[in-house]
Order: sequence, then structure tokens, then C-alpha cells
Amino acid sequence: MEQFEKLYLYKRIVQAKLFIDHHYAEKIDLDNISDQACFSKFHFIRLFKTLYGRTPHNYLLKIRIERSKLLLSQGHCVFDVSQMSGFDSPTSFAAAFKKTTGQAPSVFKERERVRQQDIGSNPFFAIPNCFAETHGWTKSQFLRDDV
Amino acid sequence: MITKLTHLCIYVLNQESAYDFYVNKLGFIVHTDAPMGEGVRWLTVSPPEQPELEISLFLVIEGDIFDKETVKTMTALVRKGTFGAAVFTCHDLMATYEELKTKGVVFKKAPTKEFYGYEALFVDDSGNWFSLSQLNP
Repeated sequence: MEQFEKLYLYKRIVQAKLFIDHHYAEKIDLDNISDQACFSKFHFIRLFKTLYGRTPHNYLLKIRIERSKLLLSQGHCVFDVSQMSGFDSPTSFAAAFKKTTGQAPSVFKERERVRQQDIGSNPFFAIPNCFAETHGWTKSQFLRDDV
Repeated sequence: MITKLTHLCIYVLNQESAYDFYVNKLGFIVHTDAPMGEGVRWLTVSPPEQPELEISLFLVIEGDIFDKETVKTMTALVRKGTFGAAVFTCHDLMATYEELKTKGVVFKKAPTKEFYGYEALFVDDSGNWFSLSQLNP
């Protein structure tokens, strides 16, 4: 019986985590999530941290930062990325991004642009030669004359 | 002295569905995705908390590395589940097991107590199997 109760508990926490995964771009009230999962806020945070190694708030922040990194690397502007990732404002986004990654969103975006440009013009920047050779990918197939 | 493992190669049968499996189901981060012509990509992903490790989703396709006969053999072997590719770890196996099952990941072994902690085995979209473990503290 105890095992079933534990499993039921797990399912509720997992559902809460999946809710964050799907709704990170919206205004998520973590109090609401704990209510929906039928836990007290304290109990919810403690269980979530046990299962995922970080608090729900930290997890939500991590998901938003990861999403924003992807969007920045796709070329979206900082303002749009802050909105699409669920941050309150570009300012709070920039502060959280810098605190987490150690660089400003604009700097990250530019570095990603250069990295992708380098890979686009010469994929051998990113591919270990052993793998390229086994695939039969030769530099002359991909490199432009000016590279 | 050798210091780190940086690249790991997993043979996949379809890079599009491998992308979906590793990124959307397992939650891995795309490290590099570069088109290499003729329907082949240099596609590498990383576990969320290990961004320095690139797992190359290596397409089994006829070319310099595999001839037609080898592709046929490799495809059959991968699909059959011959290759156990790696061991992943997580904070809590039961929670991760429940989540991945919700996302449609197929497990060939449910979480089981082992000497070193707990272990489950799951299969990717091609047929490669992996250990998913929670180690004893």
C-alpha cells in the first residue's frame, strides 16, 4: 500500500514538472502548481527538489534560460526572446541570463552567430577528423575557395 | 594522460526521428546540427547537465564507411537491439521513469534495485538500449 502511495506521489510531482516544461513561456504561479498537485507549498518544493535536484523555481528558470539560448542561437532579438521565454521584461531576462551563463544575451547571440557561420562555411571546425574520414567527408567537398 | 571523453557515437537509423527522441523526449540539448549533403547531418546532442559531452547521432547510411551489405547488417542489428550504447544517470529514477513513459519512451526493464543503486533500461527510436541509473548516495 505504501508503495502505491509513493507511486501516486511521484506521478503528481512528475505531472507538475511536465506542466512547467509545457507552460514555461506563460506566467506560472508556483503556488498554483502546488495547489493543483494537492501539496502544501513547502512539501511540494521539498519533494520536487528531492526528485530533480533543484527547486521548482530554479527548474523553471533553467528551462527558460535553455529556451532563450535556443531562440538567441536561431537569431531572434533579445526583446522577443525575453517574451517567448516567459520573462517579465527584457531587463529581468538580461540579468537572469548573465547571472546563469556569465554573458549578456547579446554577447551570447553574437558568439552563436559567429560559431554557426564558421560551421556553415567550414563544418570541419566542429567535426573530429576521425568521424569525417569514416564518413568520407573531405574538406574539398565543403570548403569555399575563400576559407 | 587522457583527460576527458568529448565525443560518443551512437548509430541511428533516422536522424530526424533520433532528433525528436533525444531532444524532445530525453530533453538533451542540440550541440551541433550541420548539413553534410545527401540527407546526412553532423548532429550532436548533450545531456542537459553535461554540455561538454557531444553524443553524435551517426546515421547508418551507405557511403565510405558502410557498403550496402554492411548497412543491411547494421540496420538489422541496431533494430534488433544488439547494441547497448551507454549508461545515463538521473537524480531520481522513479520520477524520470514515469516522465519518460508519459512521453512514450519504451522501457525493456523497469526500475530495479541493484548493488550500486537502481537501474532501468530504455530503448531509443532506432533500437539502441541504454541503462538509466540512480546511484547510491
